[in-house]
Amino acid sequence: MKLRTFKGGIHPPDNKHWTSHKAIEDCPLPDELVVPLSQHIGAPSVACVEVGQHVAKGQEIGSAKGFVSVPVHASTSGEVVAIENRPHPFGTSLPAVVIKPDGEDSWSSNLQFTDPGSLTSDEVIEKVRQAGVVGMGGAAFPAHVKMSPPPEKPIRTLLFNGVECEPYLTSDHRMMLEESERVLQGVALLQYVYGAERVVIGIEANKPDAIALLKKQCADAPVEILPLAVKYPQGAEKQLIAAATGREVPSGGLPMDVGVAVHNVSTAAAVTDAVMLGRPLIERVCTVTGPAIREPKNLRVRIGMPLSHLVEVCGGLVEEPGKIILGGPMMGFTQLGFDVPVIRGSSGLLLLREEDIAKSPEGPCIRCARCVQACPMNLLPTTIAAYARRDLVVETEEYCAMDCIECGSCSYVCPASIPLVQSIRHGKAAVLAKKRNALL
Amino acid sequence: MVAAIALGIAAKKFAVEVDPRELAAMEVLPGINCGACGFPGCAGYSKALVTGKAEPNLCPPGGAELVTKLARILGVEATAMARQTAVVLCQGDNRKAQLRFRYLGLEDCNAAQRIAGGPKACPGGCIGLASCQRACPFDAIEITADGLAVISREKCTGCRKCLAVCPRDVIRMTPYESSVHVMCNSHDKGAVVRKYCQVGCIGCHICHKTVPDAYKVEDFLATVVYEQDAQAFEAIAKCPTKCIRDFNEAYPEGSTFLPINNDKSDAA
Repeated sequence: MKLRTFKGGIHPPDNKHWTSHKAIEDCPLPDELVVPLSQHIGAPSVACVEVGQHVAKGQEIGSAKGFVSVPVHASTSGEVVAIENRPHPFGTSLPAVVIKPDGEDSWSSNLQFTDPGSLTSDEVIEKVRQAGVVGMGGAAFPAHVKMSPPPEKPIRTLLFNGVECEPYLTSDHRMMLEESERVLQGVALLQYVYGAERVVIGIEANKPDAIALLKKQCADAPVEILPLAVKYPQGAEKQLIAAATGREVPSGGLPMDVGVAVHNVSTAAAVTDAVMLGRPLIERVCTVTGPAIREPKNLRVRIGMPLSHLVEVCGGLVEEPGKIILGGPMMGFTQLGFDVPVIRGSSGLLLLREEDIAKSPEGPCIRCARCVQACPMNLLPTTIAAYARRDLVVETEEYCAMDCIECGSCSYVCPASIPLVQSIRHGKAAVLAKKRNALL
Repeated sequence: MVAAIALGIAAKKFAVEVDPRELAAMEVLPGINCGACGFPGCAGYSKALVTGKAEPNLCPPGGAELVTKLARILGVEATAMARQTAVVLCQGDNRKAQLRFRYLGLEDCNAAQRIAGGPKACPGGCIGLASCQRACPFDAIEITADGLAVISREKCTGCRKCLAVCPRDVIRMTPYESSVHVMCNSHDKGAVVRKYCQVGCIGCHICHKTVPDAYKVEDFLATVVYEQDAQAFEAIAKCPTKCIRDFNEAYPEGSTFLPINNDKSDAA
C-alpha cells in the first residue's frame, strides 16, 4: 500500500537507532534548576514569587500576561535563590527563576484530581491554560489558544502529530509506546473540547511498533491511526494536514481555516495530566543523543535542568562537541554552551562532533532547482533568497517568502551550500519590519 | 505625417514648464540620489530648492562648494553646513575581540545579528560583515582583513546611509574637525569588557580626569564631547586600553586608509 504524504520534502538519514529502543528514564534532580519565564510563543510570564521563598512542586512561579501567554511552574520543591537574567536557549540572557531543590520533591497541595466527565469544554481549556500547556513539538505555542477557535471556524478534523520527522529524536516515539494511555486519554479530552468528527493520529511508518500498539488500543475508539511515508518535514503542521486530509491551508491562513486542529501526541499527554490530575507542565521527555555523547538516552527531564546535567546523566562526552543543538538537527536551536536550561519545547539535545558538521564554502547558484523540488510549501527558495539578500523587500514578499515554514529542506539539498533558509528568514524579517513601519 | 504634426503641436502646447533654475541645480548636484537631504533623490531636492521648501545647505555629499554654487543659482545667501563624517566607534576586530561562536552564514550584519544576537561577544562591537560597505555610495568604507569596518574621513560625505543599515549602532556622525574618538560602543562594566575585548573602554575615567572638558563617562562608556575637544588628544597616551584614537595620526590597525594630515607619512 502506498503511504500518504505531501509534495516535496527530503530524506535525511534518520539516525533514530541510537535511542529508539531505549525506555524513558527519569533524570535525577540537579543542584539547581533554572526555570526561564519565557518558554513559549507570546508574552513572557511575570515572576510571582520572591527570593528566599519556599515553593512546592507545581506551584505557579510566573503568571501569564495576556491571552497568548501561559503561567510557569516550579519543577520541584525547594527554595527560590534568585530571580535574574540567565542564559536562555534563544541565545541571550532572559529572566529566570532559580530554584535550589530541597530533595523532598513534594507536590503542591492545591492540585486537584478531577473527573473529566464533569467538566465543560471551557473548563477543560481553562485547566490547560492554568497548567501552562504549550505545543511540545518544538514551537511551544500555548495550547489553550489553539483550543479556542472562533465559532465561525468549526474544527471537523482533529489531527495528532506522532510523526516525529526530525532525525535523531525519539521522545514522541517512546511516549506513544510507553505512555499510550496518557496520550489516548488526552486525545479523547481534546476531541471532547473541539467536538471533532474525525480524529487521526499520524505516525511515520518508521515506528511500526507504535503504530501497532496504538491500533490495538484504539480498536474500539473512534480514532484513526494513519501510517505516513517517512519523509522530512512530514511532521510540519501544514504538511501533516495535506497528507492526512488532502487539504491545503491557504497562504497566510491557519489550520482552522480548513477545519483542522493539530496537536502533538506529547501535548495530548500533558493535557491529560493538566485536566485529570491538575498537574502543570513541569517535565517532558527529551532525547539526549548524537555521536558526541557516551550513552544516548531518552530522559524524562524537569523544565529548568541545565544541559550540563543531562550530559552528566548520559555518561558524559566522548569528545568536545562541535555543535550543541537543542531540538532536532533540522530546526533545533544551536547552543553556545551547556549552561542553558531545558525548556518546554526542548524535544531533544543533540551533540555532534566536529567532523559531523558539514562545512563547505558557499558557491554560486547553479540553477539545479533541487531546492524547488524539495520545498514542501511549493516555493522558489533560490529566488526568494536572492531577492532577500539584495534587500528587495517587495519582490521577497511577492514570491511568498512569508509562507516559508523554515524547515531547512532547501539548505539541506543545496549543492552550492547557499544559506537559503537564513537568507529567507532575513527577508521575512525585512518584510515584517516594513509592515510594522507602514502601520506607524 | 499628420500624426507627426499633431505630436509636434501637442508637444509645444502641453510642454511642462520647468524652472531653468531647477535644471541648473540638477546639473550641480552630485546625482547619486542618496537621500541624505530628506527629499526623494537629487531631482526631488532641486525641485524643493526652487520652490523655496529647502535650504541650499542640505546636501552633505556636495559639501561647502555645492552650497555656494546652489546659492548663486538661486540668488540667495547661504552658509555651509558644518561638515560631518561617520566613524565606526570600534577597533575590536576578530583578533582583539572575542567571538561567542563561529558564524558560517549569510554575509550580512543584520542576518548575523538575528542569530542569538550576533557572533561577537561584545554587544556593541562591529560585526564586520560589510553591510555598511555595501550601503556606502562613495566607496568610503573598507573591511580590514580581521573583520572591522573603517570609514575614510576623506571619502565620507556624511550621507548617513551606513548608519541606517548598521544593526549595532556602532557608526556615529561626528564633526569633521574632530579627529579624536573613543573607539568603543560597549556599555558593559569594565571587568566584563576586559573579558571579551583587548581594546574596549573600561570606564576608568582616566581620560575624563586628564581633560575634564573633552570627555564624559556615562554608563561605563567614555565619549568625546565634540563641542570642546581641542585638548582631547592629551588623553590618548593615558588610556590604559589604547581605546582613544586620533584619526589624524593613524587609522585603526589593518586599515589601508592614510591620515591626510600625517606629516610623518609625507616625510616617508
